Amino acid sequence: MLAEIRQFFADRSVLEVETPLLSHSIGTDPHLEFFTTEYLSPGMVCMPEACQEQARQSLFLQTSPEFAMKRLLAAGSGSIYQIGKAFRNGESGRFHNPEFTMLEWYRVGFTLPQLMDEIAELIGGLFSGQSLQETQRVSYQDVFASFTGLDALVFSSQDYCAYARESGLSEAVDICGHDHALWLDFLFSHKVQPHLGENALCMVYGYPACQSSLARINEHNRMTTDRVELFINGIELGNGYYELVDAKEQGGRFDKELAIRQQQKLPASVKDLRLIAALESGLPDCSGVAIGLDRLLMLLSGSASIDDVLSFSIHRA
Amino acid sequence: MAIYSTNEFKAGLKVMLDNDPCAIIENEFVKPGKGQAFNRVKIRNLKTGRVMERTFKSGESLEGADVVDVEMQYLYNDGQFRHFMVPDTFEQYQCDEKIVGDAGKWLKDQDSCTVTLWNDAPLAISPANFVELTIVETDPGVRGDTSGGGGKPATLDTGAVVRVPLFVQQGEMIKVDTRTGEYVSRVKE
Repeated sequence: MLAEIRQFFADRSVLEVETPLLSHSIGTDPHLEFFTTEYLSPGMVCMPEACQEQARQSLFLQTSPEFAMKRLLAAGSGSIYQIGKAFRNGESGRFHNPEFTMLEWYRVGFTLPQLMDEIAELIGGLFSGQSLQETQRVSYQDVFASFTGLDALVFSSQDYCAYARESGLSEAVDICGHDHALWLDFLFSHKVQPHLGENALCMVYGYPACQSSLARINEHNRMTTDRVELFINGIELGNGYYELVDAKEQGGRFDKELAIRQQQKLPASVKDLRLIAALESGLPDCSGVAIGLDRLLMLLSGSASIDDVLSFSIHRA
Repeated sequence: MAIYSTNEFKAGLKVMLDNDPCAIIENEFVKPGKGQAFNRVKIRNLKTGRVMERTFKSGESLEGADVVDVEMQYLYNDGQFRHFMVPDTFEQYQCDEKIVGDAGKWLKDQDSCTVTLWNDAPLAISPANFVELTIVETDPGVRGDTSGGGGKPATLDTGAVVRVPLFVQQGEMIKVDTRTGEYVSRVKE
């Protein structure tokens, strides 16, 4: 699988890069927990414990290579891809391991639909022996409405609550309250996602603006964002954006997420000022996507658990 | 009682949910790449036996339920209550037919069984997987009929009715699987 992926990008003249796993800053997304490590500069290692205390520097294991790769893009790298490890704390289950392998790539000058074409080509090639059905492309609003009958873009507490009660998910009312994004997470992962991409790649685009993350707001419909998610057999495989290049807006979104982290008493994260600086100096218009390769391998090999495709899962690492 | 958070949920854990003691059967971690993490939990209500699915926001917690399984000896039925005893301590418990439920038809005096206690009161009774009971009534078998098919109903000394092969006679002792209610074999005295 890895060889095929590398060939795919070599054929398209996309440069393979490597970026640091250890970094001074980290993403601010309140839903992504990170690992913190402590760095001692040379000479500090043999000093007594007490002196080390002040010299210690926190470094973070990256939850994705996104920020570093964007800095390369801003520096004029052109289209790039990376196959590397990513780390997310507190994630372990049938589809999660805290350390996993990610394929992330950026295409300079690509719009999101163009990137979606390329994703379909890559996945189609990898699954060529397994007769995958034709790729489906649906908007978030359409697919949400078809499974729940609800409008994903306009939050109606009354409708959402009524739907949750009808479909045996009454606990959602307490969990989600008036938090639109939380309602969408809940209903999408319970009622929509399991049905997506039955033996086919399903790409869901046009996420509601409240779930934009690092994607651009759509210029025709301000209520949606140029973000795409990939699913096969109900398993989330990846996430792509028409990348936000506005440094000011990016800084604003970071601050907003930092505030939420503080409010929820989550570990403080360190805003990546170097990324903001890179955006200020100018990130070229580009689209990028990240795909979890362990899950892809699960699908390719028909495995029921991520443990089956890892050499040693976290419990045995 | 201890408090358990979603990351401690695992099969077999006993927790309180909606004021009833429940046992967790399965716990699946559900998390969108960019979004809130949930735990979808399959859980059995130990009072009603009903299995349901419930979703929790990851990090939520539930109070543990003081539920323990104790091996006890079944003593007797006084018409209103069934009486059980812990063999080591001679401590006795009584429970009514509602709690005993289906297990009642497999309980023979002196046999041991598992009593589930919630806050030290019986919550459920499970008989041993295999019990040996005597047939008190069944039709005489037809001589020479050794084909395995068919079988006939037999009433046992506890009142349970099971299908037995034709060659098994009244007064014989048989072994029964209580989980399926099926005849296993004859027991030689």
